[in-house]
Amino acid sequence: MDSENLYNVAKNMRRDILTMIHEAKSGHPGGSLSAVEIVAYLYFREMNIDSPTDENRDRFVLSKGHGAPVLYSALMEKGFISKELIGTLRKINSKLQGHPDMRKLPGVEASTGSLGQGLAIANGMALAFKLDKKKNRVFVLLGDGEIQEGMVWEAAMLASHYHLGNVTAVIDHNGLQIDGRNSDVMTVEPIDRKWESFGWHVLKANGNDFYSLEKAFEKRKSVVDKPAVIIAETTKGKGCSFMEGKASWHGKAPNDEEYLCAMNELGGNING
Amino acid sequence: MAKATREAYGEALKKLAGCNPNVVVLDADLSGSTKTAEFRKVCPERFFNVGIAEQDLIGTAAGMAIAGKIPFASSFAMFAAGRAFEIIRNTVAYPKLNVKIAATHAGLTVGEDGASHQAIEDISLMRSIPNMTVINPADSIEAEQAVLKAAEYVGPVYIRLGRMAVDNVYDESYKFEWGKGVELRKGADVTIIATGIMVQESLKASETLSEEGISVRVINIHTIKPIDKDIIIKAAKETKAIVTAEEHSVIGGLGSAVLEVLSDVYPVPVKRIGVQDTFGESGKPKELLEKYCLTEKYIADACRKAI
Repeated sequence: MDSENLYNVAKNMRRDILTMIHEAKSGHPGGSLSAVEIVAYLYFREMNIDSPTDENRDRFVLSKGHGAPVLYSALMEKGFISKELIGTLRKINSKLQGHPDMRKLPGVEASTGSLGQGLAIANGMALAFKLDKKKNRVFVLLGDGEIQEGMVWEAAMLASHYHLGNVTAVIDHNGLQIDGRNSDVMTVEPIDRKWESFGWHVLKANGNDFYSLEKAFEKRKSVVDKPAVIIAETTKGKGCSFMEGKASWHGKAPNDEEYLCAMNELGGNING
Repeated sequence: MAKATREAYGEALKKLAGCNPNVVVLDADLSGSTKTAEFRKVCPERFFNVGIAEQDLIGTAAGMAIAGKIPFASSFAMFAAGRAFEIIRNTVAYPKLNVKIAATHAGLTVGEDGASHQAIEDISLMRSIPNMTVINPADSIEAEQAVLKAAEYVGPVYIRLGRMAVDNVYDESYKFEWGKGVELRKGADVTIIATGIMVQESLKASETLSEEGISVRVINIHTIKPIDKDIIIKAAKETKAIVTAEEHSVIGGLGSAVLEVLSDVYPVPVKRIGVQDTFGESGKPKELLEKYCLTEKYIADACRKAI
């Protein structure tokens, strides 16, 4: 897929994320929007995935499970799930649970939502693939606030100990978490040196820029015997001017007016 | 012959190494004690030490299960069920992953290590999680078969194992039946429903009571969840009084499970032998069982009172 189409995918994903959350009247727009380019790049450029059931597909684990809408929007763009589900997010009897449920929705590789657990799940998958001499790669997206969870570092140790070259973590580094800036709540810096010291190959990218992401993912391929982490600088609420850079948009839905405003910014009317 | 259920776990894993290529074993730096080292000796390529990191132990096992493996993850019950509870709940049980948590050193009979290492809440914790099966074998023969059956069953299983060597309740002819209680002794006046190492104590109590002319039925509940309701209700109807016995808190364990079954269907007097809402302490296993009222003597007393 060329870059122009990636931009279109990203735009559609943003519109779907906002529509889902607006319809649900709750959810997490900030951290869903910040990760759009990362998830779009993975599903449409980086990962080997043509079907959600193909045994040889690469796997994506959304460790920051509250970003569920960004995953759902990618699965819709891929055609793995129906766009008709868009109005069901967080509603009773829905496949689109508030946090991803692998048993309810095809394409969700792991049930997540409780922070800090996705990297361990990804490692387990990667260990199994290595054991079976399979080529599947595993990608996992973590929030920057999420790495405050101690279990992340248990898993970080394991991935380097077992030389999991088939694991790539991406950190959605938007600098914000529910209670405010990471630096005010609990310092996570220096993120790069922390991962380096745990034996990881560390790369940096602008996580809202496809060219920058491409460079990082391509460089990652040169290291085969180590897990790699891409620290992706992003803007929380990216693409929606009144949400950008605001922690207050971590976990609330736009009202009707805000929704219309956001959809206008993302081009065209609400119907597309 | 006296043998710890954890020893039987190690032997079962060795068998699984040979017959089931999908079985993988994970441990958190306790492989000598949990006996997963037995598996490592014969199948090092499918053994994974995660270090002292029980949350990661369970999370990694979950990922391996998603990728098609049958992981057995082991640590002491305190750290497997306790420290990793939320990972078991959200990442293993919620998506019903095929992870087997074999937790050793459960209960007071950990002994000298003391209260910090004596899990007396693990059955309660594991039993409350949807999708979870909870098994507490009475001896090494039952433990080995339970482990082998757990590998065949698809879904999360918690297997509770002990440190201390225990006398055999069964002989080699025993056939473990998933989810089925076992009537070990017929009786008409009172039923002792026991699990784990308390099964042996209950059998001893029933002999003492028999000499006094009290006819005691003894049932072993190895599968605490899903529990065999029929055998419990039948016992309540036929013997009119029940005593439960477990090396676990009286809050939330086997006793509670029996009460839940009976209160819905056929309430009868139930006395619960177990740890009475207190922590343990250091000491020899037998001393601890005596101090915390978990021996045949206390079970027999409870039976006399229950009738």
